[in-house]
Amino acid sequence: MHAEKEILFRDSASKALLDPQLRANFRRAMDGLITKRRNQFPDPRDLQDLRDLSTTIRSRSLLSLPELLEQFEANCTKNGIKVHWAETCEQANNLVLSIMQAKGAKTLVKGKSMVSEEMHLNAFLESKGIEALESDLGEYIIQLDGETPSHIIMPAIHKNKDQIARQFSQKIKDAKYTEDVDELTAMARKVLREKFLKADAGLSGVNFAVAETGTLCLVENEGNGRMSTHVPPLHIAVMGLEKVVARLEDVAPLYAILTRSATGQAVSTYFNMITGPRGTDEKDGPQEVHLVILDNGRSRMYADPQLRATLRCIRCGACMNHCPVYTRIGGHAYEAIYPGPIGKMVTPQMEGVGVRHDLLHGSSLCGACAEVCPVEIPIPEILVRLRREATHEDVGSNVLGRGTGRTGTEDWAWRIWAGVLKRPALYRVAAWFATRFGKALPASAPLIKNWTRTRTKPVPARRSLSERMRAEGGSHE
Amino acid sequence: MSDKPTKVYFYGTCLVDLFFPDAGMAGIQLLRQAGVEVIFPEGQTCCGQPAFNCGYWEEARDVARTQVALFPKDLPVILPSGSCAGMMKVHYPELFHSQPDEARVRAFSARVYELTQFLVDVLDVKLKDLGEPVKVTWHSSCHAVRDLGLKGEPQALIGQLSNVELAPLARTHECCGFGGTFSVRQPEISGAMSCDKAADAEATGASVLLSTDGGCLLNVNGTLEAKQSPLRVQHIAEFLWERTHAR
Repeated sequence: MHAEKEILFRDSASKALLDPQLRANFRRAMDGLITKRRNQFPDPRDLQDLRDLSTTIRSRSLLSLPELLEQFEANCTKNGIKVHWAETCEQANNLVLSIMQAKGAKTLVKGKSMVSEEMHLNAFLESKGIEALESDLGEYIIQLDGETPSHIIMPAIHKNKDQIARQFSQKIKDAKYTEDVDELTAMARKVLREKFLKADAGLSGVNFAVAETGTLCLVENEGNGRMSTHVPPLHIAVMGLEKVVARLEDVAPLYAILTRSATGQAVSTYFNMITGPRGTDEKDGPQEVHLVILDNGRSRMYADPQLRATLRCIRCGACMNHCPVYTRIGGHAYEAIYPGPIGKMVTPQMEGVGVRHDLLHGSSLCGACAEVCPVEIPIPEILVRLRREATHEDVGSNVLGRGTGRTGTEDWAWRIWAGVLKRPALYRVAAWFATRFGKALPASAPLIKNWTRTRTKPVPARRSLSERMRAEGGSHE
Repeated sequence: MSDKPTKVYFYGTCLVDLFFPDAGMAGIQLLRQAGVEVIFPEGQTCCGQPAFNCGYWEEARDVARTQVALFPKDLPVILPSGSCAGMMKVHYPELFHSQPDEARVRAFSARVYELTQFLVDVLDVKLKDLGEPVKVTWHSSCHAVRDLGLKGEPQALIGQLSNVELAPLARTHECCGFGGTFSVRQPEISGAMSCDKAADAEATGASVLLSTDGGCLLNVNGTLEAKQSPLRVQHIAEFLWERTHAR
């Protein structure tokens, strides 16, 4: 899972920038989502109140995470949900496999789950001869093309209607070419209905796990989540260990802010609360419900007081919708499960800050993400912290790969930078040279070369402010 | 009236020092025009933000310490930059957390203001427009708004000018793509953002784009110049001073 060589965000991002169709698709989609979210929060004070409450709920849950997880497991068990723990994705995959094998299950329909993406579950099951079919429309679309999600909420947002029309006509049996959205949806539904009825098992994610009741909450819009979790005889849920909240009443505010932040909806079309398998006097529902709780680096985040904020995330995607970088390159360029600002924060912590050093620098630290985050995660602050971890071993943390992004060149550059700027006399000389000869620097000089790809060369003024104030006298003390 | 400060420090910032000294001079003049005496301590260099943002905190602290030492008296410190003011006001306390001189730095940070913030919130200045009619547009610097917490002070000042029309900029809260080292570490994305910002600014039909921050201005100006746009950029301080002082 852990990459060994540094992955250069700059390379993949530059490539994505050259695709005008992709850029247009994202710009249009993100502008639309920004507007829809804004319309859901007409009063900034109401929004702030809800953010404060949501932040408190998530922070409080994390504060007693071990205890809540124990309580949650006990209540799930009481409800007949079998709970399994996985430290790594590999363990989680094997757990899913063995649960399926124990029931002789050969086919799986999946509701949308980012944790299952984290596990690369589909590929794993396929290698074991098990068909895993995505049933979320967006996930279904990208699975047809063997792609990964480009957005955590809208996985196929990189494609437009025409692209999907072409794809369906080529990949779905007996499908005719149409650009009518309703007809396209009907085509997918026809395929999926069939699968829901026949599948041996259904898989889902979990949006909120309620400790006091042992309930799995699932937010969705298409009903595929309900079908995946209720029609097949076996339901397997996967979740990250951070998803737990203490009480049922914690769910309402989080749900209210999740749907509004994510898709600009006041409520989602479906909201499922799963508290056990089919009861003895019930006519539907799965015979067995299993829950796999995944760590995959989360304990490490939990252990650090500052980085713990990463785990507050409720996966709404508002940070990516508002991110000027994500908007221009889309999700695939991040070469990670979680793209956008949340991905910049999570991926380096899961894979190592050294190999993802360049990703950490793929942000102007503009703060648009933190401004809209429903649980007020200070994303830019965390990025700076992780940049620091990437180049320094001695911050006093347990961050994966700390210090491994350090290069002699960068060290040297900052040492010179500080050496000049902490000595006013040296700065004065440097400023004198910059103002007199800065103009003469060639546009191809290092760093300036990067700047002048799209801009003219910055030319210093003829005399610096300090020099002019010195000449003026009087203002000094 | 009596509790308004009569004496302040001015911190130029490195970008204004080297690239926009006229904006620095204008800021000082605006303060003087409001009846405030301005002290400009010698030895100013940089607030340390580039190293701080890149994770080189020791180097950032070394530089920051020499800056703090220049402002010993209990006077407001005024900066013609939202980003550098945000660094000194909001991030210095983080940078010096648990350092022996934390208390001294915190006391300094509490005195830091961005120029328009000080002119509006503290001095409550009233400007009289002496200029010709002009249409301008406003770029709100991310750090000025999101780090420092400016609440429309620059726009309020522009609003006081009777002959100035403020044209709204589309996607006004979107970053211009500067981001300090981001502009050279990720030049492709930065360039794309900058080109979009320049295009949005041109679409307003304004003749000048104003901002509180030299970084944003340097970036957008470079892009506008490269496409030979007639649109020009100007620092808010310079613009306000040009329009309000009798020549």
